[in-house]
Amino acid sequence: MSDQPMFTHPPPRASRPPAAPLLPEPKLVDVVIDGHADKVPETWTILEACRHRGIDVPTLCYLENLTPVNVCRVCVVELAGARVLAPACSRRVEAGMDIRTDSPRVRLSRKMVLEFLASSVDLSTAPEAQKYAAQYGARPERYGPPAAPGTLETDRHVGTAQTVAQPVKIDNDLYVRDYAKCILCYRCVQACGSDAQNTFAIAVAGRGFDARISTEADVPLPESACVYCGNCIGVCPTGALMFKSERDMRKTGEWDESKQQKTDTICPYCGVGCTLTLHVQDNRIVKVTSPLDAAITQGHLCIKGRFGFEHVQQREPAGAESPDVKLPEGVSSRFKAR
Amino acid sequence: MDGIMDLHIHGPEATEAERAVVDAVVGEPAGDRRDLLLPALHAVQSRFGWLPQGALNCICRRLHIPPAEVYGVATFYHLLSLTPQPPTVVHVCDDIACRINGGARICEELAGRECPAHGGWKRSPCLGQCERAPAALVVRAGESPNAFVLPRTTSGAIMASLGSEEARENDRLEPLRRSAPQSGSPGLRLIRRIGQVDPESLEAYRVSGGYAALGRAFELGREGVVREVIASKLVGRGGAAFPTGRKWEAVAKAAVKPHYLVCNADESEPGAFKDRLLMEGDPFAVLEGMTIAGYATGCEKGFIYLRGEYPLAARRMATALAAGRAAGLLGSDILGKNFAFDVEIRRGAGAYVCGEETALFNSIEGKRGEPRNKPPFPVEVGLFGKPTVINNVETLVNVPPIILEGGAAYTGIGTAGSSGPKLFCLSGHVAQPGLYEVAFGPTLREAIALAGGVSSGRPIRAVLLGGAAGAFVGPDQLDMPLTLEGARAAGASLGSGVIMVFDDSVDLGDILARIAAFFRAESCGQCVPCRVGAIRQEELLARLRAGKPIGSRRQELALLQEIGQAMRDASICGLGQTASTAIESALASLDPVPEQGRPS
Repeated sequence: MSDQPMFTHPPPRASRPPAAPLLPEPKLVDVVIDGHADKVPETWTILEACRHRGIDVPTLCYLENLTPVNVCRVCVVELAGARVLAPACSRRVEAGMDIRTDSPRVRLSRKMVLEFLASSVDLSTAPEAQKYAAQYGARPERYGPPAAPGTLETDRHVGTAQTVAQPVKIDNDLYVRDYAKCILCYRCVQACGSDAQNTFAIAVAGRGFDARISTEADVPLPESACVYCGNCIGVCPTGALMFKSERDMRKTGEWDESKQQKTDTICPYCGVGCTLTLHVQDNRIVKVTSPLDAAITQGHLCIKGRFGFEHVQQREPAGAESPDVKLPEGVSSRFKAR
Repeated sequence: MDGIMDLHIHGPEATEAERAVVDAVVGEPAGDRRDLLLPALHAVQSRFGWLPQGALNCICRRLHIPPAEVYGVATFYHLLSLTPQPPTVVHVCDDIACRINGGARICEELAGRECPAHGGWKRSPCLGQCERAPAALVVRAGESPNAFVLPRTTSGAIMASLGSEEARENDRLEPLRRSAPQSGSPGLRLIRRIGQVDPESLEAYRVSGGYAALGRAFELGREGVVREVIASKLVGRGGAAFPTGRKWEAVAKAAVKPHYLVCNADESEPGAFKDRLLMEGDPFAVLEGMTIAGYATGCEKGFIYLRGEYPLAARRMATALAAGRAAGLLGSDILGKNFAFDVEIRRGAGAYVCGEETALFNSIEGKRGEPRNKPPFPVEVGLFGKPTVINNVETLVNVPPIILEGGAAYTGIGTAGSSGPKLFCLSGHVAQPGLYEVAFGPTLREAIALAGGVSSGRPIRAVLLGGAAGAFVGPDQLDMPLTLEGARAAGASLGSGVIMVFDDSVDLGDILARIAAFFRAESCGQCVPCRVGAIRQEELLARLRAGKPIGSRRQELALLQEIGQAMRDASICGLGQTASTAIESALASLDPVPEQGRPS
């Protein structure tokens, strides 16, 4: 008889579903990146090949857990022999590609894209875009001061730059939509749609400089199909979409990311087992996210995981009177609310 | 995606009338028919003059599309309105060709007049009527909606159209003859029937040699047809000049099925009207070209994506399709050759960008007309994700003569680098604006002479080649040969064949401002370089014209070049990539905005 304890027989069931069978190894193709020859899997995008080499390619609309839409064009690279630049985020590598990530044409296009955004969008809560704008030498002041918000056709003043400014939308308790900060990266539309939530509460409406994210006929969120999963907030790169709690704390000056601690845990609500990252400041949860590489969530949550944290921090302020709770006969008063 | 989605629809229910309109288009859809979205929106718009919420909700339910997405599509197109409009709306062209022929004045006059309650007007980008400028498009909604063009119009005629139930143009041949002044001349290939043969009669088309090419194509077989087209060295006439035969060959050989054929009839380039006149004047030739293309490339289904502002062309094409079906020239077994092919018309709704091939696919599929990134190219992943051959109207009209004369003989027309006949749209300050056919090769000066020279007799200030997406050339470049290689050598492009002439009375700065406004209004808004670059370019030009540069004028000109470079290099599609070329070409050599500000 084995000396192993009885309870290990039969072995416990795997706690995770078995891994999918391995796909055949993708073919490697020869590419040249900034003069260095490389062999990379043909299934990779140019962005993956560059990042694998440790080359920093800026991205704004790209996010690992969403289908690349290549609309911001800040990731463009030069391909030898090509008439125009190519978006690194969506373009797959091809054998023989000669990729330049830092040519004068690349640097100019990136600078201009960042300048265009900085001159038309409020980037005050978009540290990444600000960082790139500084790195590439964007000078939005070249277009003049921001124009007073107005309709496109009639209110065009010589010497000022039109912006996407519009009033902040606060129509529910959970999040705020400040589209003056929107760079139209399409991430929220994808997260709301077929890349994650399949709710389709928002879409791009209008055209050209007037294009914007909108519900149908611009109705408030509570009238739309929105289920308040907050996945749009989770993917927004500029703070245009924000937890209402975060926005309120920013308004009063309390928001301080340097004082925040991030702790990963598992959501207690149901059996799916989503990874939550709790952002805690002064011993209070101020925001909940999920890691993009979490196997179950891929960064996406539901309303409960993302917003249902208040119950863990229901504390009475010191000295407050206990509410008058009537307890059933026989129930110990130690369960009474403090 | 559609199967797993719960629709959340609120707001008013459709009225009975609204439901009837939607049902008439949607019928009983089997499976995913999102492609019926734009036809349904069109139907509601032409019945009610706008898109009431109840009707939109009905469309969402019937086609199972989320309301936010329907709203996103509806707000994309300029001919659709989300707010109530009067039943009659006149779209008054204030774009370049009309602008210099009285269009600007008409708009000023209209601005000071009160419209009747049931009518209104708005400014429009180029309506494709440049040979009969100034023009306006009257759109009437109602139980029997109609739309027609007012050519060579006045503010008085526009006001009258708001007040009356005046009929559309009825004469079949006379207006065509005037628009194609060569009509009836010997030696024409592409426009020989225009103004001569009744465009609504299949019999007349056959008597004039029509459908002989289709018979010959069946003799050659599918591969034989592709061989002839390759041998002809025909290149696309929509502006990009891609070899047509290579495109056909790629689709014919594509393993994925089905294959689709699309005729790009969304001609919207300011200054271009050739495709409109081909469809108005010889619709069966377009259809025959499509049928041969469908046969050669293994397509059973073809679409004509027809510009929304071309009501007469749409009627003529619809008449031709019906006659073709009745005669067995379309349908499940064409001429007993075991070849099934049919064609459907899809109307655009006011979006220049939908002339870009992948934006056009998205538009047909019921999505916003935003271009896709290429690769993959349409021959692999096109309409509905299938291999698609997409050709311009003029390209397809070249096909019957190629099949009849043989590809090798066709290369004898034109020059070594540019084979075949070519249509040019002459407009602006020429004595006889219109559509002209020449073999590739004459000089720009000769083409202008063909149209009677400068109408005023004044010197030429500039010529816009290829439309708003083309380039300006100066009077010193009139000896440029009109060939692909000749234009390229001069740093220009023939594009879609636009030749717009400006005499020295014109304020070129005003023309540039209109072109900049055009691109700002027509950008789809998807990518940053075009969405923001177009408006920054427009603002910068306004500063130059007002003599109020930020920093120095030199700095502004350098900035304009940087904007143009970024748009050219980093935009997703051809719209953004060409949005600065005309403006930059004028600034490079024509001094359109003299230093002191506006020229007096």
